[in-house]
Amino acid sequence: MSKKLTVDGREVSFTDERNLLEVIRKAGFDVPTLCYRSDLSIYGACRMCVVEIEGRGIQTSCTVPPEEGMKVTINTERTRRIRKVVIELLLKNHDRECTTCERSGSCDLQNLSNKLGVKQLRLGKREEFLPLDESNPSVVRDQNKCILCGACIRACKEIQGHGVLDFANRGSNTIVTPAFKKDLSQVDCIYCGQCVAHCPTAALRIKSDIDRTWKEIHNKDKVVVAQIAPAVRAAVAQKFNLDPQKTVQLIAAALRRIGFDKVFDTSFSADLTIMEEGTEFVTKFTEKKNLPLFTSCCPAWVRFAEQKYPQYLSHLSTCRSPQQMFGSVIKELLPKELGTTKENIVSVSIMPCTAKKAEAVRPEFQTNNIQDVDIVLTTQELIKMIEEAGIDFAHIEAEEFDSPFGLFSGAGVIFGASGGVAEAAVRTAYELITKKKLEKVTIKEARGINTLKEIILNIEGQEVKIAIVNTLIEAEKLIERLNKGEVYYDMVEVMACPGGCVGGAGQPQLRDCCSRSGIQDRADDLYEIDVALPIHKSHENEDIKKLYKEWLEKPNSHSAHKLLHTHYKNRKRINSEGLSFGKNSEHALMNIEICIGSCCYKNGSYKLMDKLNELIQKQNLQDKVNMTAVFCFENCSSGPNIKINGEFIEVKPENAEEIFNKYILAKVK
Amino acid sequence: MNSLNICQINLAEEKEKAKTSVQNKGKRILICAGTGCVANGALEVYEKFAELGADVHFKQEKNLSPIKTGCHGFCEKGVLVIIPENDVTYVKVKASDVQEIVESFKTNSIVERLLYVDPENNQAIKKSSEIKFYAKQSRTSLSNCGKVDPENIDEYFLYDGYQALYNILKNNKPEDVCKIIIESGLRGRGGGGFPTGKKWEFVRLAKDENNKKYVICNGDEGDPGAFMDRSIMEGDPHKVLEGMAIAAYATGADEGYIYVRAEYPLAITRLRIAIAQAEEKGLLGKDIFGSGFSFKIHIKEGAGAFVCGEETALIASIEGERGMPRSKPPFPAHKGLFNKPTLINNVETFANVPLIILKDAQWFKAFGTEKSPGTKTFALTGEINNTGLIEVPMGATLRQIIFDIGGGIRNNKKFKAVQIGGPSGGCLTEEHLDLPLDYETLISVGAMVGSGGLVVMNEDTCIVQIARFFMNFTQNESCGKCIPCREGTKSMLDILDRILEGNAELKDLDLLEELAYAIKDGSLCGLGKTAPNPVLSTLKYFRNEYVEHIEQKKCRAGKCASMKTIEIIKELCKGCSKCARICPTSAIEGKIKEPYIINQEKCIKCGACLNSCPFNAIKEVC
Repeated sequence: MSKKLTVDGREVSFTDERNLLEVIRKAGFDVPTLCYRSDLSIYGACRMCVVEIEGRGIQTSCTVPPEEGMKVTINTERTRRIRKVVIELLLKNHDRECTTCERSGSCDLQNLSNKLGVKQLRLGKREEFLPLDESNPSVVRDQNKCILCGACIRACKEIQGHGVLDFANRGSNTIVTPAFKKDLSQVDCIYCGQCVAHCPTAALRIKSDIDRTWKEIHNKDKVVVAQIAPAVRAAVAQKFNLDPQKTVQLIAAALRRIGFDKVFDTSFSADLTIMEEGTEFVTKFTEKKNLPLFTSCCPAWVRFAEQKYPQYLSHLSTCRSPQQMFGSVIKELLPKELGTTKENIVSVSIMPCTAKKAEAVRPEFQTNNIQDVDIVLTTQELIKMIEEAGIDFAHIEAEEFDSPFGLFSGAGVIFGASGGVAEAAVRTAYELITKKKLEKVTIKEARGINTLKEIILNIEGQEVKIAIVNTLIEAEKLIERLNKGEVYYDMVEVMACPGGCVGGAGQPQLRDCCSRSGIQDRADDLYEIDVALPIHKSHENEDIKKLYKEWLEKPNSHSAHKLLHTHYKNRKRINSEGLSFGKNSEHALMNIEICIGSCCYKNGSYKLMDKLNELIQKQNLQDKVNMTAVFCFENCSSGPNIKINGEFIEVKPENAEEIFNKYILAKVK
Repeated sequence: MNSLNICQINLAEEKEKAKTSVQNKGKRILICAGTGCVANGALEVYEKFAELGADVHFKQEKNLSPIKTGCHGFCEKGVLVIIPENDVTYVKVKASDVQEIVESFKTNSIVERLLYVDPENNQAIKKSSEIKFYAKQSRTSLSNCGKVDPENIDEYFLYDGYQALYNILKNNKPEDVCKIIIESGLRGRGGGGFPTGKKWEFVRLAKDENNKKYVICNGDEGDPGAFMDRSIMEGDPHKVLEGMAIAAYATGADEGYIYVRAEYPLAITRLRIAIAQAEEKGLLGKDIFGSGFSFKIHIKEGAGAFVCGEETALIASIEGERGMPRSKPPFPAHKGLFNKPTLINNVETFANVPLIILKDAQWFKAFGTEKSPGTKTFALTGEINNTGLIEVPMGATLRQIIFDIGGGIRNNKKFKAVQIGGPSGGCLTEEHLDLPLDYETLISVGAMVGSGGLVVMNEDTCIVQIARFFMNFTQNESCGKCIPCREGTKSMLDILDRILEGNAELKDLDLLEELAYAIKDGSLCGLGKTAPNPVLSTLKYFRNEYVEHIEQKKCRAGKCASMKTIEIIKELCKGCSKCARICPTSAIEGKIKEPYIINQEKCIKCGACLNSCPFNAIKEVC
């Protein structure tokens, strides 16, 4: 049922819009806002979207539900004053170095300031500049540009269920910060970048690797190789309003003009991933071992699993992500093809993702300190490089990818959308299991931007249950249901960003940054490319067949494992430095670590610590024994936990002296 | 109507028992043990009474029954000791005075030197009720404060405790209770003045799928200089509990929270004791009076954020979130604590409820004005003779409060202004002294009842500094959520600082006003919406003082360091060099036996030299 209200005297109809703001916007009026994000909860803090409602005075249109007969005026003397004063107040506190700012031109604050005609700044300028947090490879945090709209906090909490950021302090000292004002690298940030994607200014931004890339390109001794992820083409096509299939060839051409020596498509290694992961799945499914198999293409999800659900690490596919598979193929096999050395190759990947930057530096993906993927650029950085190079992108001539890894299937391309990995895997796994040809390759249930999708397949009388989730809050809910035994799945595809990689934080920001329809459009583009391509199944890719024939033997072979698989690490303790007592002596012979976490505290670890401290003092061993309090050994059931020189020793406060004499005194003296 | 189970507690019996027990205990001595008097040594006074009462040498025909009560209100004169038997109030009592008081009991005499002396006629007042401070008040919500032992539920029974709850459970449907409160015209005493009965009715009518509703008592009193709610919680906690229970019955809630600042430890302790005692007697908890109505009260300690007095921030805080206000709608009555319909009233509002039920709506309406019936507590502070806690009918005038009850301005100085309603309120002047204090009138002159803090200022107060003080307070307490409040109050504060430092221009006043109106219109919650009030009201009534600061660099109160210069009067200076030696910045230069001079660029106006001069040759020039 459509209802009506009036905006600036004009009748506007509405149905079930979540707030007045959406109604006003749909009707073609614009109300500015800095804190409203259609995919996040309503916050109502920036006060930019104020309107006057007859009988109700000034209200923020984002917080008011539309009602029949409402009379709304957008611009009154009072609402305009509020908007202009708010901008002036924000600019007072803002690092106004717009000319050199990453977000210049795409900054909401800058745009609104121009739009609203704020011409004079009467309130002074920011005096104190806080240091940047550049502690991690993906995201830079710049509090000097933060307007405290809280969008990052909500994104982290509501999309990833994570809550790495929150507010601290009061009044004008309020800041957004990780716990205890630590850096992002010291907390359990997964580098998904959704905070960046939702930031209206450059307070959170992608760490740029553009200059590093130019430096390598300008180095004549290096062979600079690029791989382009599937989701990148969809966003670039959307940005330049081009045909998506042609766009990827334009990107290839632009990259060559920029100076890349070889250009590949990550869809190729996506096909390779399907070969490996499909085979891994068939084996595990047949043996009914460690099911469900979780996909591992998404590095934010992998990190999240390592931090929060280490008990599921054995369920994670051991396959490297397509980026890292291509990375090792480029570093191990390409030099032989090109007749050069590994050291001379610079491998650059172009990704829709910020977490890929952190994935590339993981030690598992390095040999002798050489990273398989040297540099990760996001789609945004790619566009900037194209602009920097002065390339008229829409009008250059399209070019093909390089061989020998130049072919790819539609299955590889749809990796960029949530459900794409599962769909591609099914296309191959079906034929692997049944040895029959799969005629209908489209799996409708796997598509769309819903955060949870389920597929039940019947393969030769066997039921295969697959869940597809995007956003980690949804993944977490699914894991909780698994834990409780409420659901069963054979395979689970997890992507951290809304809608999968097409909604990645490395992509250009959409208007109202993460509008679901914009993400859906990108996914649709990928499915169209799949239709247009000659092959739709990864195992039919001739370059993949050749790769196995010449180098890898067969999927999951020994050499495939070495090159294409990895392992995971429990990261529950991000930072486990302890608190030492007194001066830590360099000449100490013994190191005692005592857990003072909640369980051990209850089991008397404080008493134990006091007792040991007393004994150390009594025997005058302060120089020889270092004692540290730590927060958890994850051995909570048998506390109080104590480690002497790294070994767990069973001890209670009562027999502290005995243990001291046996393990410490005897050995030190 | 509920058929109440008679085997439950019988209030009439409890009252009788309490009476007998009080009589048997002996001579009642009420020692004020409110926070102020405790700070002045009330506990030592109490101990001394207890000690002497037990001492065989002082044994009276009657035993002594010293009782620690809540605040008597006359904080200026603490420690207060009242002997109800002959209605004598002793003021400024010290532990060393106790022996004399106890000895006076034997002779049935009065310790004259400890009586309150009326400053007007220098007469010692023998009857408590004749002390002007009390005589002009109407203590209803404070009726038991200072009379009962707040840690003993029996004493509450003496004054018909829990009878109101019993009556409504027996005789009234929830809708009837809401009706009584609507009829009484009681309005929220936390500041807003929203009709309490209507609020109850909203919550009563709100639907919840699990039938879960909450009642919250807002005890997060944070205004500088306000201590009304604290005094009620400390002095008569059961009244608050009873008021909450009645509200819970009327709205359909079965669980309640009292949100108290952690800075009120005594209030928290006494509330905890009261809840435990009421639960033990079956007056809180499951199946109260056998009526089937259950109500459980929790205490939630606040962590010292002023903004948590705002209802949605308070709710967020109880939920374990950072105390930041949320947008309304939805209102707490529909989606409040844990998204359930929630009634939230402040302490004083709840404290008014039992008496309204026990007497009736008409009785309550007999106090106060038509639109603002009842009484209101105020905390009197500042440059006033009788600081303390008072309760007067709504509509009383500032003159009555400040001069009749408060005893006028200290040291016979001239009245200048009064800040009413805390940081959200406004500054009123001499011309407002005869205005009736009620919700509408105060709003119309740019102030508000607020929670009831009254800070009285005399002619020595710099009005710009007062505005700055409150602006600094709200800026520090702003939660940081909405931009107008977070950044706007900071910018206003910066401008005020410039004015006080003598670096402002006249156009800054326009900017100050523009900011103030944008903050008022644009802020998310009440804290921001009212934050500019102190500045706006002082600009309205004392604009000339702002202008003097800016144009003439003059502070007529002589309080602004940047506006004064310290000079040496050449004619009087003997050149002794004493001032030069004491000056911390070596700003005073000269030759021995010749007049010294002050280098104004170096002088920090600390005033150290002023007192050092043996010849009174140094003076402050404003």
